[in-house]
Amino acid sequence: MSAQPPAVEVAVPPDPRIVHPTNTTSSTIGAPTIEKETRTEEALDVPWQVVVHNDPVNLMSYVTMVFQRVFGYPRDKAERHMLEVHQIGRSILWSGMRERAELYVQQLHGYLLLATIEKVS
Amino acid sequence: MEICRRKNQIEISELDPFLAELLRQIPASANPEGAPAAEQRIFSPPINGKETELCAEWKMYVEPELRRLFQTATQTVGADLEQLNGNEKSLVSRTLRIPTKHADAWLSALNQARLVIATKNNFTELELNDHLRSPIGSRRDLSLFQVNFYGFLQEFILRELDC
Repeated sequence: MSAQPPAVEVAVPPDPRIVHPTNTTSSTIGAPTIEKETRTEEALDVPWQVVVHNDPVNLMSYVTMVFQRVFGYPRDKAERHMLEVHQIGRSILWSGMRERAELYVQQLHGYLLLATIEKVS
Repeated sequence: MEICRRKNQIEISELDPFLAELLRQIPASANPEGAPAAEQRIFSPPINGKETELCAEWKMYVEPELRRLFQTATQTVGADLEQLNGNEKSLVSRTLRIPTKHADAWLSALNQARLVIATKNNFTELELNDHLRSPIGSRRDLSLFQVNFYGFLQEFILRELDC
């Protein structure tokens, strides 16, 4: 997805280890500035997973090739996932940050596989 | 029909007019327009449930990219298939040569076509796995044959990519 996740501002309290000058006049030096640290929503995100669903049309050899290409899995691992999709109806291919999961799903859709993202419960 | 790899090409020779016609139909068959179920299958939602925001973004940003991707693949295949045009001698067998660098485009177009045809005809898994079904007695049988023929080509291309 090309849309950037909105930034979440988190106020960071002043570091107590920092010694502020005491022999200054308040007219020349103002109160210490509280820095604000920004963290992206992604950093606070819970894991998401990429799920591929069974599809009677896609060939087993084709699905295996797609898993190898998209996730860089070795053939035996790709085949295990393919068989899981075929026998159980779905397989979790990857889990991690949402943005990357969306990117994987986009790639899988590019190969016409039925894939979705799900929040890890 | 014979199919083999020759250097940087996949050669499909001894193509009779019927199979040549099925090949010519790949780009048209891959088009889901006018069939909402096929369109829904080709451009499936990225998430189950009610994440409407993600689905809306997907439609806006991802779907057009996927459309371009699929269209490019069918155009490449369409250009390769022009070898089957020309002087029509209906009873003469034809040869089609597919550059191996077009293999991905062929895999995609064949897959699009198989998905669209299968969705339009609402084929069951049982029907799709019934490779011995014959003879072709109806339009539905012909569509099933088409799906299986395209699948056979996909298998061959995949095997060649694996080598």
